[in-house]
Amino acid sequence: MREAQFSVQPASSWTTNWVFIGRGIRHSLRDVDAMVMAIALPVMLMLLFTYVFGGALDPTGNYVDYVVPGIILLCAGFGASGTAVKVAEDISNGVIERFRTMPIQSLGVITGHVAASLVRNLVATAIVIGVALLVGFRPSVGLGAWLGAAGVIVLFILAITWLFAAIGLVAGSASAASGYGFILLFLPYLSSAFVPTRSMPQWLQGFATHQPITPAIETIRGLLTGLPIGTNAWWAVGWCLLLIVGAFVWCRVSFHQRSGQR
Amino acid sequence: MNHAIEVCGLHKSFGNQSILNGVDLVVPAGTVYALLGPNGAGKTTLIRILSTLTAPDAGTVRVAGYDVVAQKRDVKRSISLTGQFTAVDEVLTGEENLVMMGRLSGLSSKAARLRATELLERFDLTDAARKRVKTYSGGMRRRLDLAISLIVSHPVIFLDEPTTGLDTRSRRVLWDGITELARQGHTIFLTTQYLEEADQLADTVAVLKDGQIVATGTAEQLKAQVRSDRVELRDAEDRLVSRVPTDGTIRDLLGILNHLHSQVPADTRVSIQRPTMDDVFITLTAGEKEVSA
Repeated sequence: MREAQFSVQPASSWTTNWVFIGRGIRHSLRDVDAMVMAIALPVMLMLLFTYVFGGALDPTGNYVDYVVPGIILLCAGFGASGTAVKVAEDISNGVIERFRTMPIQSLGVITGHVAASLVRNLVATAIVIGVALLVGFRPSVGLGAWLGAAGVIVLFILAITWLFAAIGLVAGSASAASGYGFILLFLPYLSSAFVPTRSMPQWLQGFATHQPITPAIETIRGLLTGLPIGTNAWWAVGWCLLLIVGAFVWCRVSFHQRSGQR
Repeated sequence: MNHAIEVCGLHKSFGNQSILNGVDLVVPAGTVYALLGPNGAGKTTLIRILSTLTAPDAGTVRVAGYDVVAQKRDVKRSISLTGQFTAVDEVLTGEENLVMMGRLSGLSSKAARLRATELLERFDLTDAARKRVKTYSGGMRRRLDLAISLIVSHPVIFLDEPTTGLDTRSRRVLWDGITELARQGHTIFLTTQYLEEADQLADTVAVLKDGQIVATGTAEQLKAQVRSDRVELRDAEDRLVSRVPTDGTIRDLLGILNHLHSQVPADTRVSIQRPTMDDVFITLTAGEKEVSA
């Protein structure tokens, strides 16, 4: 029997994060529910909104052009909600304790889940766009606009995933995490994702127009369909960055609180 | 002699519930220290403070020469903790767990894979290496758990109830592992509810009760402290009839038997019992009152 002959320096933060990202992606790939959700949901929503609701919402038949950004963000919300559950599972499991007794940035375990969510949701986004193209979505914009839209989508996914991660940290259990997360999933319906906010009752318009999802959707829609964006891009980026920083700080604080109190 | 663990005046409470009320202990480097105590005595809280997971309210705690509050990172570099509940990643395979922890401990991926193979073999897990931990039995998880804490060599090893719920075979494998680690010069701090375990493994046994160490010593010293040998009389159905303390001399035994033989049937069986760790545990954790017949 040989004893550990390795006397080593602790892992660098680069290695630590990289290992945790690998872990997050493995977890995602092995979570059959989450994978089915990530792939089937975009397809189903796209078909539902195009063929079932589309005719009523826009009789000219161009509803698909309107709805693509909304479905991308809706799917991102669903995809990211799995992060809350994963984080809640991790924090209530002993494995997090082990990470915390190692000389590493143990918050990396959360970063790993966030990165995995980003990957998962970018795949879902590609599927949404793929299906959209099949059912008649015809964007005629240049590469720059596509890249811009991708940038906003990435920012949005990161923002909502960090929020879900924070919810997972404070929720206490996996089922509580998925319950609280439901509120966030409702927000896209109260935005310009599926219908213009001006069609909503007065009292709702204020909220619907100014909540973070609306400028993000308007920016992506504008970029992909060539419509004017106005100040929406600034609002979208500002909101996302604010949410990312806020949720990250929230995660940091509650991560150390949660794990210190057992 | 260097002390691997030094605790002085340690207090900890959660809300208004006081868990540790002034714990003092020292563990010399390279020895095995077993902390015994009933459920709720504060064993896990103490081990969590020693391993930096929980902050103490008052007192000084030094592990491997470092302060657990001010020098957390240095402490973390010197310890490994195997908690009461297995800390393994259920979604990953046994091998992936070991490689991941190896990488996080600073091994290159090649070294981590080599070390994983070695440890899987040592803990009898080679066949299950590529299976997800979700499918492992309790004993296999526990062995994987211990294997993970041995990926890199740490001078101080904490084991919180390492064999709770294990079958005999897994317990043996763990005990052998612990003995071997001690032989190699690691300091081992373990908590246990199994007295036999403390008796077998530990150089020093301490009993924690109501947040204080109520007794410390070698297993033998504790046994001696609790009570002397005793004469036990059992009837034909093996029921205990009488139990009398003795100093073990012929004079004392003759006196006891002379006194008793008129009171019990002639087929009563006589034996001399040495105190066991169970006696120590029950005596020390039940309070001062001890029934001696």
